[in-house]
Amino acid sequence: MNPLDLAAALGRGIIDRLAVLGHAALFFADLARHMFSSLRRPQLTVTQVHAIGNRSLVIIAASGAAVGLVLALQGYLTLSRYGQAESLGLLVALALARELGPVITALLYAGRAGTSLTAEIGLMKAGEQLVAMEMMAVDPRVRVLAPRFLAGILSMPLLGAVFSAVGILAAYVVGVWMIGIDEGQFWSQMQDGVDVFDDIGNGVIKTVVFGIATTFIALYVGYESKATPEGVALATTRTVVISSLSVLFLDFILTALMFSSP
Amino acid sequence: MVSIQDVTFGYDSRVVLSHVSLDFPRGRLIAIMGSSGCGKTTLLRLIGGVVTPQSGRILFSGAAVDTSDRVALYALRRKMGMLFQFGALFTDLSVFDNVAFPLREHSDLAESMIRDIVLLKLDSVGLRGAAALGIAQISGGMARRVALARAVALDPEIIMYDEPFTGLDPISLGVTANLIRRLNDATGATSLIVSHDVEECFQICDYAYLMSAGRVIAHGTPEALKASEEPEVRQFIRGEPDGPVKFHYPAAPIARELGISA
Repeated sequence: MNPLDLAAALGRGIIDRLAVLGHAALFFADLARHMFSSLRRPQLTVTQVHAIGNRSLVIIAASGAAVGLVLALQGYLTLSRYGQAESLGLLVALALARELGPVITALLYAGRAGTSLTAEIGLMKAGEQLVAMEMMAVDPRVRVLAPRFLAGILSMPLLGAVFSAVGILAAYVVGVWMIGIDEGQFWSQMQDGVDVFDDIGNGVIKTVVFGIATTFIALYVGYESKATPEGVALATTRTVVISSLSVLFLDFILTALMFSSP
Repeated sequence: MVSIQDVTFGYDSRVVLSHVSLDFPRGRLIAIMGSSGCGKTTLLRLIGGVVTPQSGRILFSGAAVDTSDRVALYALRRKMGMLFQFGALFTDLSVFDNVAFPLREHSDLAESMIRDIVLLKLDSVGLRGAAALGIAQISGGMARRVALARAVALDPEIIMYDEPFTGLDPISLGVTANLIRRLNDATGATSLIVSHDVEECFQICDYAYLMSAGRVIAHGTPEALKASEEPEVRQFIRGEPDGPVKFHYPAAPIARELGISA
């Protein structure tokens, strides 16, 4: 390939990707606009909160418990070296509220609810349901996508809170019941060291941002998927990959902005 | 009612419709027939504004079908009903809710009134008893009849039927054909049937267009088309394997493809 062809191919590739980004940005603006109009029919959003929120509860709670158990064990081993085993509650609460709660919840959400959203929208497209809706003068972005988008944004902080709460309870079981850390120390250090705004507030902000990102990616990828079984399968995989990477990347940015000063 | 003026449409380099001009007067039942892939369904999608012509224009009741003006397009679509080839029913809704969907979206009717209308529409397609069933619980033929009830729920000015007879058993086929005719006569709507079922279409339509390779090759009353001596018309109507329309997609000779010398 001569250098000119190479440059042309490179340019074409960059332009194509910029076009996709531009299209996605317009789609996002559209969804954000329609999200507020979907509040006029709250039942649509409530149904979706149940579908993508409530039905994710089991996996979120189970994962929260597993992470809490492991965190308590590992945390105790490290803290006890420095005679700070009583700080276990604080360590677990900070780790869950600031980082693990939002990030793992978002990753699980992308795998459980995100793939479900992508597959549902993709199959609706493949089954001509979205075109049929269009032909009935009903905008699928208002009727189908916007309530799901809003439901995702509402569900994620709640799921994150459940994850962290279950994780802390699991750490309590390990730390206080199994290891024998003083119960008063476990809770009082947590109460003293965790700030509602700096720690929990920032954690909630993270879950909202992750909720926006993962739900948007799931809906966009599903809506733009090819209307074939292979297209839907590929879209589902892409949702997990793009969402997971986005969550990890966004987490770094948000952590840098929120917790850069001691 | 609908005027298609010198419309050309294609996907990438493949031309689907080439300089097609058609007029569909109000109150007539018109069949658009032709072999698979000749552009029949695309024609309906162009009228509904699902796709945009590359050149030419489409008028509906004197107004241009403009896909760039969403509000105007949706206003036009409220006057249209479309039966999709595979029904395109909403799989998360029941039979009743599918038919009620356009009524709930576009009217302020009380639920009791919607119930009465839906049951009447379902009764007309013989499925009042299936109102409570889910879409997964009904057969393909039943799904098509539910889709028909949904398409006419708002008593549209134009009803477009995409292959309404495919997959129906003989009883359902006869009933559906009569229903289409009766609906057309009773409501005064314009009906467009896209089909390759010559016998059934000719029994109920007032006028027919015959298409091949993206252009109109003949049009007239069923009697006139039956009497036509045009080779392409004769081949299609009589279902002859040999004639101007080739069965095989263009390809190199099979002997060369298989490496066999003649």
